[in-house]
Amino acid sequence: MILHELSANNIKEKLIKREISAQEVVEDLFEKIYLNEPSVKAYLCLDKEGALLKAREIDEKLSSGAKVGLLAGIPVAIKDNICTSGIKTTCASRMLENFVPPYDAFVVKRIKEEDAIIIGKTNLDEFAMGSSNENSAFHVTRNPWNTDYIPGGSGGGSAAAVTADMAFMALGSDTGGSIRQPSAFCGNVGCKPTYGRVSRYGLVAFASSLDQIGSITKNVYDAALLLQVVSGYDGYDSTSANIGVPDYISGINSVSGNLRIGVPREFFGDGLNTEVANAVTNALEIYKKNGAELVDLSLPHCGYAVATYYIIATAEASSNLARYDGVRYGHRSQLSEDNIIDMYCRVRAEGFGSEVKRRILLGNYVLSAGFYDAYYLKASKVRSLIKGDFEDAFNKVDCIISPTCPSPAFKIGEKITDPLEMYLSDIYTIPANLVGIPGISIPCGFTTTGLPIGMQIMGKHFEEEKILKVAKLFENETDFHLKKPELI
Amino acid sequence: MDISIKQIEQVARLSRILLTDDEKDIFREQLTGILGYIEKLNELDTDNVQPMAYATSLQNVFREDKQESSFARQEILELSPSSAKGFFKVPKILE
Repeated sequence: MILHELSANNIKEKLIKREISAQEVVEDLFEKIYLNEPSVKAYLCLDKEGALLKAREIDEKLSSGAKVGLLAGIPVAIKDNICTSGIKTTCASRMLENFVPPYDAFVVKRIKEEDAIIIGKTNLDEFAMGSSNENSAFHVTRNPWNTDYIPGGSGGGSAAAVTADMAFMALGSDTGGSIRQPSAFCGNVGCKPTYGRVSRYGLVAFASSLDQIGSITKNVYDAALLLQVVSGYDGYDSTSANIGVPDYISGINSVSGNLRIGVPREFFGDGLNTEVANAVTNALEIYKKNGAELVDLSLPHCGYAVATYYIIATAEASSNLARYDGVRYGHRSQLSEDNIIDMYCRVRAEGFGSEVKRRILLGNYVLSAGFYDAYYLKASKVRSLIKGDFEDAFNKVDCIISPTCPSPAFKIGEKITDPLEMYLSDIYTIPANLVGIPGISIPCGFTTTGLPIGMQIMGKHFEEEKILKVAKLFENETDFHLKKPELI
Repeated sequence: MDISIKQIEQVARLSRILLTDDEKDIFREQLTGILGYIEKLNELDTDNVQPMAYATSLQNVFREDKQESSFARQEILELSPSSAKGFFKVPKILE
């Protein structure tokens, strides 16, 4: 039996039935990692010793008949901007190259409580700023479907690890598409929950009004399983929503009533790759055959989402990243400075890569005296207009379906010299962050060259349960999620 | 609108980032391009629109004022690149 090809839930079931041991699962997975990692490079650090220790603990629990958690024995990868006690958390930045957090993020604590096995930390664009993984200070992760291509970003490491069977599920963060876009490019299921649904305590902050932790998994059921564990109120995140978490798992196969699916015109217009357009259109036909009604919609202000996002996200980033001063933790220049301001300037010049510098500069520019009204205030108002578009739409439909990205994965190096071109690859994912609604990307086809295509389902605030069901309906009818890259 | 090198230097100073001359040139060009794209927001009339800062309408979130355990001083100081006698060590801040 090839364990690493199974889904997370399959693994858990086999463990509980005692058909396999957690130790076998971990040993098998690490064999796969040693085989695939040299060509994919999804990880920044691996913790085999810690994983085996935890596996033995779970095996002992199981053999003694003790109760085990919801994620019992499932090896999970964690994006390296989520704090793990005692394991380096670098954000793929020189600034935090040697930072070992003294505490676990809320989500890490939760998955540990439910008996997950942490296998390592995955690569990302530095401080989660990027759409291709090329902004990592350490190395570029490659798309397992074709290693000349980027895996997407910023959570490309998590997505590539799941695709290459080097993790059964992964945690990511999504500020403008960093879970959904790499999931689309690598052929995974990636879910960004509602803003406030999952605590960000221990997530290294990028843009605090947009950041949200979510899941990257092999199928929709596994997404429901992981979200069930990490969702819920946490007093340590002041934006955490004190709203009960429904049971995502048990009703996942039952879409109730007449499903009304909104199809926004603006997401199918200029700039959309033909193969992506065709795949999503075919997917919509599958919903129609299953009794759903397709409703033509307009979200008229979504064309302004990228411009709005790059004001708000950079403004917030420039404030959040002011904490990296070389004093309390992180990089400190070897060159001595006579005064503290010069020290800060040198620490930050040495510690940050160019995309991070670019965004801090842009953020401070749009917030600076004389420009605040023209940029930040203007963007905050357009954000209201975009939110209004979605409120109007959700009065008419249950969910909205669009492509996740305007194109499939692009080649390494293709967009790295043109930041604006890179920013536009997040055109369809950014609105959900600005509005705070949940979105899930699921595989819905392949290009003629064999690259995965993703479809996005967006729902109302706190209706993760519904979009998971809508996603599962499609998955039950198709086998795109079961395809594996050939080179592996 | 073109950004000048002087504006780049000013915002780099605000950002506490030392830039090389090459970086100043590249960032001047790139930021000019990005801000040019952002100009498209001016197509929209937003005079009567309320700005929004957050996606949910949470306000004044309080936690019970009770004592909780925290990290030991030494544990935190060990994360610092430079510390001495129980303090973080930095260059002189007062003349």
